[in-house]
Amino acid sequence: MKNLKSALILILTLLLVVSCKNDKASMASNDLTIYQCPMNCEADKTYKELGSCPVCKMDLKPIQKSTKELSNNEISDESIFNLTSNWNTEEGKTIQLEDLKGKTLVMVMIYTTCKAACPRLVADMRNIETQIPKSNLKNLKLVLVSIDPEIDTPERLKNFAKENFMDEEHWTFLQGTVSGVREFANVLAVKYKEISPMDFSHSNIITVFNSGGEIMHQQEGLGVDNKETIKTILELTN
Amino acid sequence: MLFALTANCQSKMVSIKGGTYIPLYGRDSLKVTVTDFQMDVYPVTNAEFLEFINKNPKWKRSNIKRLFADKNYLIDWKSDTELGNNQSLHAPITDISWFVANDYCGCQGKRLPTIDEWEYVAMANENLPDARKLKTYNEQILGWYEKPKTFNNEIGSTFKNYWNVYDLHGLVWEWTLDFNSVLVSGESRKDVDTDNSLFCGSAAIGATDLMNYAAFMRYAIRGSLKAKYSMRNLGFRCVKDNSQ
Repeated sequence: MKNLKSALILILTLLLVVSCKNDKASMASNDLTIYQCPMNCEADKTYKELGSCPVCKMDLKPIQKSTKELSNNEISDESIFNLTSNWNTEEGKTIQLEDLKGKTLVMVMIYTTCKAACPRLVADMRNIETQIPKSNLKNLKLVLVSIDPEIDTPERLKNFAKENFMDEEHWTFLQGTVSGVREFANVLAVKYKEISPMDFSHSNIITVFNSGGEIMHQQEGLGVDNKETIKTILELTN
Repeated sequence: MLFALTANCQSKMVSIKGGTYIPLYGRDSLKVTVTDFQMDVYPVTNAEFLEFINKNPKWKRSNIKRLFADKNYLIDWKSDTELGNNQSLHAPITDISWFVANDYCGCQGKRLPTIDEWEYVAMANENLPDARKLKTYNEQILGWYEKPKTFNNEIGSTFKNYWNVYDLHGLVWEWTLDFNSVLVSGESRKDVDTDNSLFCGSAAIGATDLMNYAAFMRYAIRGSLKAKYSMRNLGFRCVKDNSQ
C-alpha cells in the first residue's frame, strides 16, 4: 500500500514537472515562431510573420521543431549527446557526439574487415542516401561507427570511405575506445561479440536520430524495406 | 557493528587464477581463456550503492537521464537517498541499469566482469573450480531459481565457493560488462538457424552443453536485457585486472 502511495506521489510530481516544462516550451514557441519558404528559394532567409514566399509564392512554413530545439541549446534526457566519450573521425579530428548536434543523424555500427553483413549494411546506408533529395541531404549526417576501434583507425576508415564512395561531406566515420563503443552500442541496443580477431557477430540496426540526438526510428535486419526509415528522415530533414 | 562488517567487506576482493574452459556459448574455437584477475567477494550492497549515489548525484533517481535508466530505476526506494521499507542495507543493490553499474565499478578503478570471467568463477562449487558436471551443482542453482524474493537476503548468506567468492548463485543475477554480446533473437528456436539477416556470424553461437540448463537461463536473460533496464533481481559486482 505504501509503495503504491509513494509511486502515486512520484507520478504526480513527475506530471507536475512535465507540465511545467510544457508550459515553457509552448510559451517559447508563441514568442519565437519563425517562418521560412518551404522551397528555400531565398536560402536561409526567415520571416517573423506568416505570408508567402516572394519567389515561388508558396505559403511560408514555420521552421521545424528540430531547428528550434537547437536554439535553446539544451539536450534532453534521452539524447545520445549525453554520452561524453571521445571519437576520432576519418579526417583525424577528435569529437564528442554532441558535436554532431543540429543535423538529423542516421547511424550504423560496422567494422571495415567485415565480410558478411557489413557490405550489405553499407549498401543499405547508400540506398538510404540515394533516396534523400539533395536539399534534405544538407540537414543530414550519415554516420558509420566502428565496432572494432583497435583495427579501424582514422586512416583505415578514410580509405574505406573512399573505396565505398562515401567520402562526401554528409558521411562521417567514427573510431571510439573499447568502452566508448560498448556504451554507444548499449544506447542503441546493438549487440556484438568478437568471434576472433577482426571478426565480430553483431546485430544489424540502422538508427535515425533527430537533431537533438533522440532516437526516432530503428530499422533492424539486412536489405529490409526501408520505407519507414526514409519517411522518418524526410520528415526530420524537411 | 554490522556496518563495520560491510565496510570491511566492501572492497574485499580475492584473486582468481585464470584458466581455459568451454562456456555454454563459445567462440569459434569453443574454448575460452580467462587471465588472472581479482573479483569482489560479495555483490555490491544497498549501503555501498547509497554511499556512491551520495557522492555522484547524477545517478540519483530524480537526476538520472532516461537514456541511462528506465523508469524502474531504484523504484522501491522511498526517496533519492532512502531505501524502501523492506530493503536491508546489507542486501544486494538491484533495480539498477548497466550504465550505473558500469560507472560504479569505473569510479573505484574496477570494471564489470566479462561474461567469460563471471561464468568461469561461477562454475565452482564449495570444493571444485569446475563443478558443472555434478548433478548436485545444477540442482542447487535451479533450486534457487525457484525460490522467491532472494534479492531481499543479505550478502554472504549463500555458500562460499572454491575461489572464496560468495553469492554468485542464490541471491541475485548480476550484470556483466559485455552482456550485449549474447546474440539471441526474440525467439529461441530461431537460434538454431543462422538468421543471417539479423546477425552476421550467428553460426558461431550455439549451446555446447544443453544439459547446463541453469547457465542457459543466464545467457537467455543477458540476451534479453537492454542496458537501461532495471530489474528487481539483477545486481552486480566488480572485478579488477591484476595489472591495475
